[in-house]
Amino acid sequence: MKHETPMLDQLETGPWPSFVSDIKQEAAARAKNENNIEYQIPVDVCDDLLGILELSFKHGRTHWKHGGIVGVFGYGGGVIGRYCDQPEQFSGVAHFHTMRVSQPAGKFYSTDYLNKICDLWDRRGSGITNMHGSTGDIIFLGTTTKQLEEVFFELTHNLNQDLGGSGSNLRTPADCIGQARCEYACFDTQHLCHTLTNEYQDELHRPAFPYKFKFKFDGCPNCCVASIARADMSFIGTWKDDIRIDQEAVQAYIGGELKPNGNAHAGRDWGAFDIQKEVIGLCPTQCMWMDGKELKIDNRECTRCMHCINVMPRALRIGQETGLSILVGAKAPILDGAQMGSMLVPFIKAEEPYDEIKEVIESIWDWWMEEGKNRERLGELMKRQGFQKMLEMTGQKPDPRMVQEPRHNPYIFWKEEEVEGGFERDINEFRKHHQR
Amino acid sequence: MAFISSGYNPDKPMENRITDIGPRNYEEFYPPIVKANKGKWLYHEILEPGVLVHVAESGDECYTVRVGGARLMSVTHIREICEIADKHCGGYLRFTTRNNIEFMVDDKSKLEPLKKDLESRKFDGGSFKFPVGGTGAGVTNIVHTQGWIHCHTPATDASGPVKATMDVLFDDFQNMRLPAQLRVSLACCLNMCGAVHCSDIAILGYHRKPPMLDHEYLDKMCEIPLAVAACPTAAIRPTKVELPDGKKVNSVAVKNERCMFCGNCYTMCPAMPLADKEGDGIVLMVGGKVSNRISPPKFSKVVVAFIPNEPPRWPKTTDTIKKIVEAYSKGANKYERVGDWAERISWERFFEVCDLEFTHHLIDDFRDPAYYTWRQTSQFKF
Repeated sequence: MKHETPMLDQLETGPWPSFVSDIKQEAAARAKNENNIEYQIPVDVCDDLLGILELSFKHGRTHWKHGGIVGVFGYGGGVIGRYCDQPEQFSGVAHFHTMRVSQPAGKFYSTDYLNKICDLWDRRGSGITNMHGSTGDIIFLGTTTKQLEEVFFELTHNLNQDLGGSGSNLRTPADCIGQARCEYACFDTQHLCHTLTNEYQDELHRPAFPYKFKFKFDGCPNCCVASIARADMSFIGTWKDDIRIDQEAVQAYIGGELKPNGNAHAGRDWGAFDIQKEVIGLCPTQCMWMDGKELKIDNRECTRCMHCINVMPRALRIGQETGLSILVGAKAPILDGAQMGSMLVPFIKAEEPYDEIKEVIESIWDWWMEEGKNRERLGELMKRQGFQKMLEMTGQKPDPRMVQEPRHNPYIFWKEEEVEGGFERDINEFRKHHQR
Repeated sequence: MAFISSGYNPDKPMENRITDIGPRNYEEFYPPIVKANKGKWLYHEILEPGVLVHVAESGDECYTVRVGGARLMSVTHIREICEIADKHCGGYLRFTTRNNIEFMVDDKSKLEPLKKDLESRKFDGGSFKFPVGGTGAGVTNIVHTQGWIHCHTPATDASGPVKATMDVLFDDFQNMRLPAQLRVSLACCLNMCGAVHCSDIAILGYHRKPPMLDHEYLDKMCEIPLAVAACPTAAIRPTKVELPDGKKVNSVAVKNERCMFCGNCYTMCPAMPLADKEGDGIVLMVGGKVSNRISPPKFSKVVVAFIPNEPPRWPKTTDTIKKIVEAYSKGANKYERVGDWAERISWERFFEVCDLEFTHHLIDDFRDPAYYTWRQTSQFKF
């Protein structure tokens, strides 16, 4: 190896896959270059990446500088400039820009596609990726400024593949596995994610927003992509009608022939399955009971938390009148504290061409683009201007499902038109009956 | 290294330009069994840790082997993943939202050879390339951010502490003995690209020293009004500073006692670096979740205000995490997530059973939400 890395070397042991071993194997492969690749960035980029990381381990501080303004022509996002602060010592990573590549919905891949992605990144970049970045993109980690257009040209011309979002724009939307391989999904997350990603390519590539904006699509309230915690607009599958019950399968769970929760608890002996304790007793709305050998559910009282369905997937299935809820404003703590998504649309059908959903999205954007301050997330605007303002701007009707409880104070901002006779009054007329 | 053109002409960037085509269509990448049964799955079962079967209305069975992966991944490693998928899975695979890799086969007989193959592969250093696990009531892969490998604002590394933590929690990646699933996440600063704020256990990098001020260069490198506006606590104001050579320059002043070390100023202004070997370290937060199952989603709560960065293996951090996991495993009821458990036994009891010190740092004093975390009842446990 080019640099001594005594600290990083200690991360090669232990059972979990070692990123250090992996980067070392890439460094060795580049040095060897068995396939005679004409590397377009320094051959020793991986050596220098390990070298600079070792220096950070020694210093307890990063050695990367702020991104410069780099990108591909006509796009305002998709590339994050990155330079190291010790370019003399680690020339291979002096320029080490990130490219975000828009991942396919559901993160399914063919090996043919992935191999081509690897060939491209091997030749024109560091050969190091993230599979995947936090938002969902395939991340190409580290190339030079000159290669950015070349990579983009090859992606679009040879791989029919575009870049993802970065900066103050729509970030690359992401979804759960959905109906592709999950019986809980209440809508086709991949189809909606892909459709909206394509519909809003302009918003994704050309930053015109106050700040970042994220869409995430969860097929059911289990929320495997965490949309409720991290998407400005969170789409969560739900249903309106009754949970479908297979009473024979219920009995099979009670009798022990079927393992609860898809056998997820097999690592410990929890004793015999107890439907009263494990399902009925844990139901948050207490809307289930046994009537002799029949499991009954008062579906009108059900809040669709998924627990009973998760525990007995072979006996209970989601309803058939499915759609989704839209929650808005989730974000991580910076700046004013973390926010969870708040319910804006309790139920909407998720059917092509998704016009109703697009109307909600665009009404939110109109408001946020008009009123949002620089670097203000939607959730922060909601707090600053209030939920009622959002209702007004999006044309949604107030509904108790939007709140946990009604307000604690009577400080209502009555509008003049809501009050009989308006706000203009004659003080002299008032004084005729009330002396000063 | 001769420059090879892709066909792009820098003199005519619009020539032949293709834009706004979006991602590849997911339909191209579905394995045949998924394509045939999409939307028609009946149920699933975890056959053993890391191995799932999904059964469709048609009777088709899709077997999945889930393996952990470092999200930081080389093309050599991805090619190996492809080689395995070509050999066993008809050339298809997928990644999960938590950086796991899923290999799917359409027949039970294909399962064992696939599993054996995956388990047999190791890196030169000795670690597994493809550890099978991450399902059910156990620990799955950690979602995380870049850290020192690629980010300019981190207060800790990401891949390093993740590797160290997963080594310590490895048994629970391959076992399903816990009361419920346990999600660990890491964000290397509070920008939280990884959105760790709703995790059962969140490892968060945090700075503890206010920014240094590079007065000589500040006005040249930054838009001062943007730096001032970036501060959520209004600790930064514009000022004039006299340099040692007598020259007066425009710069900023920071009221240190108002700084909560978020680093937002540094994001806007590179002349205000915060990073510091002693100042930076790790905050541990617990009890968050995103699922709506039984109880609503909840935020993680800070239970350890600071642990120093201890590269390369962050032993104090991983020991503390292990301690919390063991206490949870021992004390929680079946199906109970960490946060639900802590709320049931009470947070005072949580600190006791996890053997964690409660310090003043753990009482919220940041704006309105703080009030709602104080105790407004006479009920508590001795």
